[in-house]
Amino acid sequence: MNPIVLFFHKTGSPPWFYRFAGKLLPWLWTACILIAAAGLYLALFASPPDYQQGESVRIMYLHVPAAWMSMMIYGFMAIMGFIALVWRIRIMEVLLISSAPIGAAFTLIALVTGSLWGRPTWGTYWVWDARLTSELVLLFLYFGVMALYSAYDEPRKAARAASLLAIVGAVNLPIIHYSVEWWNTLHQGSSVSASGSSIHPSMLWPLLLMVIAGKLYYAGSLLNRARLRLLQQDRRKRWVQEVISEDQV
Amino acid sequence: MSQPSPASAFLALLRRDFLLAFRRRAELLQPLVFLLVVVTLFPLGVGPSPQLLSTIAPGVIWIAALLASVLSLDSLFRSDFEDGTLEQMVLSGQPLSLIALSRMLSHWLLTGLPIVVLAPFLAMLMNLPDAGVLILVKSLLIGTPILSLIGAIGAALIVSLKRGGQLLSLLVFPLFVPLLILATSAVGSAVTGLPFDGQLGLMLAYLVASLTLAPFATAVALKLSLS
Repeated sequence: MNPIVLFFHKTGSPPWFYRFAGKLLPWLWTACILIAAAGLYLALFASPPDYQQGESVRIMYLHVPAAWMSMMIYGFMAIMGFIALVWRIRIMEVLLISSAPIGAAFTLIALVTGSLWGRPTWGTYWVWDARLTSELVLLFLYFGVMALYSAYDEPRKAARAASLLAIVGAVNLPIIHYSVEWWNTLHQGSSVSASGSSIHPSMLWPLLLMVIAGKLYYAGSLLNRARLRLLQQDRRKRWVQEVISEDQV
Repeated sequence: MSQPSPASAFLALLRRDFLLAFRRRAELLQPLVFLLVVVTLFPLGVGPSPQLLSTIAPGVIWIAALLASVLSLDSLFRSDFEDGTLEQMVLSGQPLSLIALSRMLSHWLLTGLPIVVLAPFLAMLMNLPDAGVLILVKSLLIGTPILSLIGAIGAALIVSLKRGGQLLSLLVFPLFVPLLILATSAVGSAVTGLPFDGQLGLMLAYLVASLTLAPFATAVALKLSLS
C-alpha cells in the first residue's frame, strides 16, 4: 500500500493512535515547556517596555498568541469536522470534540487578558469594539459546539452533529468578523503579518516564541484529551484492556 | 407507480404545511403576539421618551423578530420527526435538500412574512421616523428568510433531542450577528439621511449564500438526526 495511505489507515485505528500519541506526548510537552519558559523570560524580563503603554504591553505576549490560537483551533475543528463527516474517521471526531474546550479556553484567555489590557490603555475593561465582539461571538460558537455534543447520548452521533455545526460556524465566521469590524472599530490593526511586521525584533521574538508555545500546548493537550476520550469510549473493547495491562507491567 | 417530479413533491409539501398550519390557526398567531408583547415591553422598561424609543427602534424590532422566529423554529421538524413523517420523506427518494427548502419556505411564509407585514405598526409603536419605516420593512423582507434558512440547520440538528429549545438559540444566535448589524445600521442610516444601499446589498448577498448552502446543510443534519 502507498505509505501515505497506510499512514492514514493506521492513524485512523484507535489503538495505533493511542500508542503513537503516547510516544509523541513527552516530546511535545518538553518542547512546549522549554519554549514557553524562554518566551516568558524574554517577554516579562528581557524585552523593553513600550514607549507609550509602558509595562502593560507585556500582556500582549499572552493575549496575541491566545487570540491567534482561538481562531486557528476553530479553523482546525472545521477541517476535522469535514473529514469526519465525509470519510467517517472516528479519530477525527474525537480530535474535534477534544479541540473544543481548548479553543474555548484560549478564547476566554484572549478576552480576559484583552480586557485587563484595555483598562490601562483604553481606560475601560470592555468596549463593544469589533475584535472584542467577534471574539465573544467565537466563544459562543465554541459553547454551541460543546453544548450540542453534550446534548446527545450517543458519542458518534453527537460528534457528527458537532462537526456539522463547526463547519456551518466556520463558513459564517468571516462574515461575522467583517460585519462586526465594519460596525465599530477601536482595536488597533494587525502589527504582524506574513509579509513583515511593524514590531521591533526585541518584542517580536518573545511574541513568536509564545505563539509556538501556544501551538505546542494545543497539540499536547489535544493528544492527551483525545487519548482519554478514546479510552473512555472504548472501555469495553479488548485493545483498552491490553493497553491497561501493558501499562501495569 | 411512477415517481413524482421534485417540483410537484415540493409543491405538495408546501400545500400540506399550509393545510396543517391553517388547521391550527391559534398557533399561527403565536409568534406575532409574542413579537407584539416583546416590543411593548421595551417602552415600559426604558421609559416612554419618544427620542430614546426612536433611536433603539430598529434594534428592538429586529431582536424581537429574531426571538419570535427562533421560538417557532424549534417545532419546524419536530412533529414530523415524532410521528415518522420525516423518515418517510427521506425514504421517498426525493432530494432531501429540496424537502428542507420547502419546509424553510413554508416557515418563512407563515412566520417571517407576517412579521414583515406587522413591522410598520411596530415602527409606529416605537416612534421610528417615517424615513426609516420603508427600509425597516425592506431589511426584514431580506432578513427574515435568512432567519428561516439558517435557523432550519439548527432545528434539524436538535430535532432528535428531547429538550432543544434553549440549545437552538445558543446554536443559531451567533450566526445571526451579521444580520442584526447590517439591518439596524441600514435603518439607522436611512433615518439620518445617509446612504443604506450597501447594507441592504450585503444582506442580499447573505440571503443568496444561505439560500444556496443552508438546504444542503439542513439535509445533512436531518439525515444525521434520523441515523
